[in-house]
Amino acid sequence: MLRRALRLGGGRGLVTRGPGSRGGGSTPGKDWDGKVSEIKKKIQSILPGGAWNPLYDTSHLPPEHSDVVIVGGGVLGLSVAYWLKKLEKRRGAIRVLVVERDHTYSQASTVLSIGGIHQQFSVPENIQLSLFSASFLRNINEYLAVVDAPPLDLQFNPLGYLLLASEKGAATMESNVRVQRQEGAKVCLMSPEQLRNKFPWINTEGVALASYGMENEGWFDPWCLLQGLRRKVQSMGVLFCQGEVTRFVSSSNHMKTTSGTEVTLKRIYEVHVKMDHSLEYQPVECAIVINAAGAWSGQVAELAGIGKGPPGTLQGTRLPVEPRKRYVYLWHCPQGPGLEAPLVTDISGAYFRREGLGNNYLGGLSPPEEEEPDPGNLEVDYGFFQDKVWPPLAQRVPAFETLKVRSAWAGYNDYNTFDQNGVVGPHPLVVNMYFAAGFSGHGLQQAPGVGRAVAEMVLEGHFQTIDLSPFLFSRFYLGEKIQEQVII
Amino acid sequence: MAAPRTSLRLVAAIWSGSTRGIHGLGGAAAPEGSQKKGKTLLQFLSDHFYDVEFLREYLLQRQMLKVHQENRFQNKEWIRPDERGRFPLEFSEFPGVPVEAVDASGCAINYDGLDNVLLLKELRSLSLRRCPNVDDWCLSHLHPLANSLQELSLAGCPHVSERGLACLHHLQNLRRLDISDLPAVSNPGLTRILVEEMLPNCEVVGADWAQGLNSEPEEQPQDRASPVHV
Repeated sequence: MLRRALRLGGGRGLVTRGPGSRGGGSTPGKDWDGKVSEIKKKIQSILPGGAWNPLYDTSHLPPEHSDVVIVGGGVLGLSVAYWLKKLEKRRGAIRVLVVERDHTYSQASTVLSIGGIHQQFSVPENIQLSLFSASFLRNINEYLAVVDAPPLDLQFNPLGYLLLASEKGAATMESNVRVQRQEGAKVCLMSPEQLRNKFPWINTEGVALASYGMENEGWFDPWCLLQGLRRKVQSMGVLFCQGEVTRFVSSSNHMKTTSGTEVTLKRIYEVHVKMDHSLEYQPVECAIVINAAGAWSGQVAELAGIGKGPPGTLQGTRLPVEPRKRYVYLWHCPQGPGLEAPLVTDISGAYFRREGLGNNYLGGLSPPEEEEPDPGNLEVDYGFFQDKVWPPLAQRVPAFETLKVRSAWAGYNDYNTFDQNGVVGPHPLVVNMYFAAGFSGHGLQQAPGVGRAVAEMVLEGHFQTIDLSPFLFSRFYLGEKIQEQVII
Repeated sequence: MAAPRTSLRLVAAIWSGSTRGIHGLGGAAAPEGSQKKGKTLLQFLSDHFYDVEFLREYLLQRQMLKVHQENRFQNKEWIRPDERGRFPLEFSEFPGVPVEAVDASGCAINYDGLDNVLLLKELRSLSLRRCPNVDDWCLSHLHPLANSLQELSLAGCPHVSERGLACLHHLQNLRRLDISDLPAVSNPGLTRILVEEMLPNCEVVGADWAQGLNSEPEEQPQDRASPVHV
């Protein structure tokens, strides 16, 4: 293919003087015979049936022009692609290209997630996003219907989330539940006595209050959602490419603000997409770039020059998203909680939920800041379960004192080190890069809402349905944190 | 009028033509064999022309919208007590009588349609037999009826699975639950055991404990007990 074309000098020189034909005082006659045989070989290769082919196959490469390039093909990237195609004004108006580095999704956060969805946040926008996602998942076969394809079965388990709070966190929990109910989430508060009546397998020592989601909360199969989105988005005409974005080429515009300070606005006009296991790359000319690269969004933002500048300025503000490793363990406990067990989150941060009919449970714990495991690989540390996860779970659910770990896996959390909430919307200086990343563990459950918000921003210029202006990039420079009130 | 507190039985009219699946046009719900043999003209054309594909997608959307409209229409005139399809004359004289039983068998009620059933605070019996659009989400929506609901029948609903049955634990006053013939439940015998554990005061009918167990070969010794009684 390419190498063959290059070897033949790119089609220019057909007759190359090989090293053997030079040197030595060989007679002109002998030299001429060598040249003739070489020329004959070359002519034979050009003729039909020969080895030389100046036209080679580029079907694995992305197109040369695309209106929107979405970096990252996980649930957030595909959700943005879906809503862009759904909300475009004319059918086929926008050409969208999704670039995904790993088509097996082996390290993608989407598929390694436990698939939970809940509305028990304290930030109202998060609650609205989750409510919309619940209605999206409920009507998924209307949103993602493809003619001739079977309907999707998300295996949704509507059992809800149960959050426990100690004396210290009870007031926070009460105010959070008030906000949640205002936004329309069906959450109720339970006292320790009600907890014991409802879930007799819980040990309520140390628990002052619990909040329980009655509806629209539970867990589902993220792989099914991903495949459903992929199938629908392909039927709508979005192009897919397997490759890695290695470079952004942008043009700069030096402007002055009203107060006279100089500002450099950049526009990315070309994205270099490199193929796997090869030096081959394709420059894709584009109008808009969407950064939905999950745990690697920080690296993609650096490629665009975000964060390269003196610290403390807007040019020097990086995208503070980095990959953090989280473990999920699957264990079997024969006398464990029954079929009605919700996803229980303990005061210590340890959580668990039931998996299937056979008394299997899965759960884990977010480690504290100082003990974060190394995100270089996805290997599981079983010692973490023994030391940190099992004790609080066994204390909360006495049946878990006898359990047997079946397996475990690790996945990345696209952790926003600033305030652990997502980044949505355009960058103030690189004007055509839009973010949809950094959701720190709740990206899957907010993906439909965020996808719609980004599509509205791209197509209309402002948020229409859910106002996500508190999630813009500029908050990192201005220092305005939107942090969840964590219940201790 | 000192009418006695009669319990009203509400039966929805049988919509014979309406329970066509959402994917009836595409034929996707049909098993593989019949799909290959019975390809319609539109399916054939859509393989070859892009515009026909667009037409089929448009028709699909129309069909789905129709399901919604049927529910809304039903919500206005939800009650059809007579087999002949007429209102009994006394009905309009009982606006304050609480509804105690609703029979929605076979009708295309979905999640949004159930919102109207949930308004009936004294509902004792709900029958959702053979409803094609009742799924796990609908069952999770039933929790407001926890104080009054005593009888629930889900027989023959194709989209109800054990995950939906698990969220019936809110209905603590339930005395009779019918879960027969649920094709989406993966292990009916085990599900019945777990549901009985979850709802101790409820009589669960329809699923046999031994359902789902492999039948034992003849050579097994005779002193092996019959399926375990918990």
